[in-house]
Amino acid sequence: MRPMDLIQMKVGQVGTVVEIQGGHGLIRRLQALGIRVGVRVIKVSSQIMRGPVTVQIGNARVAIGFGMARKIIVRA
Amino acid sequence: MKKILLMGNPNVGKSVIFSRLTGVFVVASNYPGTTVEFVKGSMVFRGEKAELLDVPGTYTLRPTTKAEEVACEMLEEGDLVIDVVDATNLERNLNLTLELIECGVPMVVVLNMWDETKHRGITIDVERLEEYLGVPVVCTCGVTGEGIKKLVSRLEEAKPTVAKKRTSEGKWAEIGRIVRETQSLVHHHHTFAEILGDASVRPIFGLLMAGVIIYLAFKVVRFIGEWLVGLTESLFDSLWAPLMMKLSSLLGSGGFLHNILIGELLEGQIDFGQSFGLLTTGLFVPFAMVLPYVFSFYLILGLLEDSGYLPRLAVLVDNVTHRVGLHGFSSISMILGLGCNIPGALATRVLETKRERFIAVTLMAICVPCMAQIAMIIGLVGARGGGYLAAVFGPLFIVWGALGVVLNRILKGESMELFMEIPPYRFLYWGALVRKLGMRIRQFITTAIPLVLLGVLIVNILYTLRVIEFVGRITAPIVTGLLGLPKDVVSALIIGFLRKDVAVGMLAPLGLTSGQLVVACVVLTMYFPCVGTFAILLRELGIKDMLKSAGIMIISAMLVGGLLNLIFR
Repeated sequence: MRPMDLIQMKVGQVGTVVEIQGGHGLIRRLQALGIRVGVRVIKVSSQIMRGPVTVQIGNARVAIGFGMARKIIVRA
Repeated sequence: MKKILLMGNPNVGKSVIFSRLTGVFVVASNYPGTTVEFVKGSMVFRGEKAELLDVPGTYTLRPTTKAEEVACEMLEEGDLVIDVVDATNLERNLNLTLELIECGVPMVVVLNMWDETKHRGITIDVERLEEYLGVPVVCTCGVTGEGIKKLVSRLEEAKPTVAKKRTSEGKWAEIGRIVRETQSLVHHHHTFAEILGDASVRPIFGLLMAGVIIYLAFKVVRFIGEWLVGLTESLFDSLWAPLMMKLSSLLGSGGFLHNILIGELLEGQIDFGQSFGLLTTGLFVPFAMVLPYVFSFYLILGLLEDSGYLPRLAVLVDNVTHRVGLHGFSSISMILGLGCNIPGALATRVLETKRERFIAVTLMAICVPCMAQIAMIIGLVGARGGGYLAAVFGPLFIVWGALGVVLNRILKGESMELFMEIPPYRFLYWGALVRKLGMRIRQFITTAIPLVLLGVLIVNILYTLRVIEFVGRITAPIVTGLLGLPKDVVSALIIGFLRKDVAVGMLAPLGLTSGQLVVACVVLTMYFPCVGTFAILLRELGIKDMLKSAGIMIISAMLVGGLLNLIFR
């Protein structure tokens, strides 16, 4: 499957993070909540009007703002 | 004295464990970032008294928010660390645990929420984990108190570990290995709470649910508040009034002391809303008019906080708040601000940038009246008809949005993205809810009531010294000219700096038209924060930004007040 970002992912879809398109700061911030390359995520929901995306990582649910979600690339 | 730090990721139950260990109750809720300042308490350690500090939650020792900064600074002073870990989220929590171990400070790891692991089909080999980490590991359940005794006894075993520096990748690889070898998962079916939890962040169902919940919350707060006001009012009328009438005649129905204690008699009778004596209005306002609403608001807020609904609301409103330069989490600060602006302003510490905090506290100070003020407005303006209540709160809501959009445009920088953990829905523990409510009520009584009494005292002194008349004459062009209010309203604006509820109460005897009442209430809300909030804003923003913020407050109050005056004239 072609890689896609968290926005393009469908609700309920499972994917593995393959790339984070951002600087050190973003990578560190994401890492703190357990989002890093190689981790499996399940998309739980998205919002209308460029709202945040919610994903499940392990047992935790994390909400990620629209702009940030676009920088997280996953492969289904 | 030895210092013991309670550290860990946000929302893992540090504050609950803190309360268990010290017997000091602190506010704990089911969303990340409830504790933004550290709280101190004491406990016995190795037969001596030691200080226990509840540290704000942090995901790493490299802070990104002000609350996390506080946490990292405190680590340097600690003699011992109790690292609280959410047992249902071992992998993510171990990141901080390993960072703490690298610091070489003696520590104990607490696997909290141990009871939940069973529901979720998680088994953790605690002995294995202990071997890997090299520090004692204790399982607890903070809300029931299980495992706390064991934790206390094993604190003694804490000793500094050998610090092993690793690269970031190396650390995650090690975390992966530890988790693989100590934790096993059994597939479990989604629980009802999980299904509901996910549904409440789905766009359509979530918004519908939010609408219903917010509507119900306001309805119930109003219903309980009104019912209690009726109760306390009749208590004051039947029990306190005769007593005060006796005192009044004892004091000769007039004179300086009578004016201070009882206030003015209206047609020979005490009017608790208008007499303005220390023992009459001074007690009536906080106990009979405000306390009922403070009680009902915090009751409902507690339910929303502990269930875990608030962070979901934050997700739903993020796209709207983004337009005003804030991310969704700021909505939680605003909701707290509806209770009292002070905790609301403190809660903005979880926002990452100075810009966001500036926008959040400025919007809050201008547009979010506290429950004490709302209660008075409902009592006073509500009596003139529901439409006038809408005329007070509607403009505040509009200003919140409009001013936010403007600030977002003119302030340099960009607003950050929402990025937060959404906790699971949790069952409510009634004991914890009641205690939290009790603590907030006690806080209101001990901090607000002295200020209310002081406010009433100052009003009386200022009137006796004719200061109000003097200031009224100076400010007449603005107050009378621009806002269309009588000179006397100036006294309310002065006292508004001390307590806004007293200030709204001072409008009662002035015989204002309904339109004037609306203008006065809106201006009182917007023009400046009360002294307690002001002190917090000054500390959080610094003097330069505080001046900027104050300028925005005064200008927007005058603009909106003037506009409303034109509409109602």
